[in-house]
Amino acid sequence: MFKFDKLVFGDAGWGDEFLIATLMTILVSILSMGLGLFLAIITVWAKIIQNRITRFIANFYTTVIRGVPELLVIYLIFFGGNAVVISIAKVFGYNKYIELNALTIATIAIAVISATYSSEVLRASYLAISKGQIEAARALGMNKFSIFFKVISPQVIRHALPGIGNVWQITLKDTSLISVTGLVEIMRQSRISSNVEHSPLTFLITAAILYLCLTTISGRVFKTLEVNYSKGFST
Amino acid sequence: MIEFLNSIQNSLIYKNFFLVLSGLDNTILLLLISLPVGFVLALLFALGRVSKIALLSRTISSYIFVIRGTPLLVQIYLIYFGLGSVKFIRESFLWYALKEPFWCGVIALTINTVAYGAEIFRGGIQSIEKSQVESGLSLGFGKFLLLRKIILPIAIRKVLPSYGNELILMVKATSLVSLTTYMEMTGIARKIMAKTFAPVEAFIAAGILYLFLNFLMVQFVKYLEWKYNPHLRLNN
Repeated sequence: MFKFDKLVFGDAGWGDEFLIATLMTILVSILSMGLGLFLAIITVWAKIIQNRITRFIANFYTTVIRGVPELLVIYLIFFGGNAVVISIAKVFGYNKYIELNALTIATIAIAVISATYSSEVLRASYLAISKGQIEAARALGMNKFSIFFKVISPQVIRHALPGIGNVWQITLKDTSLISVTGLVEIMRQSRISSNVEHSPLTFLITAAILYLCLTTISGRVFKTLEVNYSKGFST
Repeated sequence: MIEFLNSIQNSLIYKNFFLVLSGLDNTILLLLISLPVGFVLALLFALGRVSKIALLSRTISSYIFVIRGTPLLVQIYLIYFGLGSVKFIRESFLWYALKEPFWCGVIALTINTVAYGAEIFRGGIQSIEKSQVESGLSLGFGKFLLLRKIILPIAIRKVLPSYGNELILMVKATSLVSLTTYMEMTGIARKIMAKTFAPVEAFIAAGILYLFLNFLMVQFVKYLEWKYNPHLRLNN
């Protein structure tokens, strides 16, 4: 039933393919988490400045993306993304056909989803900073940049780390949906292997174990980070 | 005005909307079975998780660990493709359920929501103040009565917001069942896309329906919270 001999490295088994696929999953997760955090910062900024239009756009974005299945967002960006890029390129006078590669599309799609979750976490931890601190920084004559980097960021990171850890786990698991776009990550690799070997159980269990390892290890990493960042704070 | 209405009626989104709408009942059917079953099982699993029987508690916590650590897609594929490839399952009575993508979807969704739900309810059960249990005991409540009258009602109403989140995640999770050839809303949208080569129109139609479904779910949870947390109502 479970064929261990199909998982050896080299030409006889799928071990090395799975290793590359795992690295691809990690790569997509890290890239989209990073891009997602960047998008989330912009979203939070749009929500907290006193501007109705930006706040409406940001709220619309987070509500819609969180209310729609992840698979649908991925389909939309995978099948509709190219058309958007081509039409943008046309504005700049570039008329040739452009095709984004699977990794770019995957990263953007997962980042768009992950950013909505991150933005909620970041917003909550921004609101947890007492206003007096920002006022105090202003009274000391700090400009906007140093307030952001020296007062706000360090505290937001500390408050947000547990939540960001959760978002990371969700993002990591969401990358399995990217397999529908043809990018060879763990899920796609297990489908390919099981189609070749006619043994889905072996490769799907392998995939499950790999995901379990990834989530467990990254969970530990985030625990360590949390301990590091909350030194001196008894929480 | 009439011209405008006609142009709407001829637009692709409008046509797709009704095509996708025909998959709504399949989506709801998935939820109608997996959510109630998942709720009951999650409660039982949460009780087992906090019980003093070490073996039971261990088994359930490792089940929760495995399910929460793997993507739902892996679980769906494991049940649909994985179990179907095992010979003795194909020959057993289980095959009647497992050959249908619908039942595979229901089983996978239930297994998934039970793990998340059990963890949520465990939080609720463990957050009950000891004095409330003690006052129940002093009134001479037996174990079962204590559970039915004190522990479960307080635990469930406490975790309603987070269980509501889980319900919304489940609505979204049904879209993954489309990957096992089950034709619910996402599956139909995917088919329309393949036919018309108009991805945006097809998926926006499905997206609107999912948003609507989630909106209803949010209202339902809000109503439950209002009903079962009367002490938290702002104005009576």
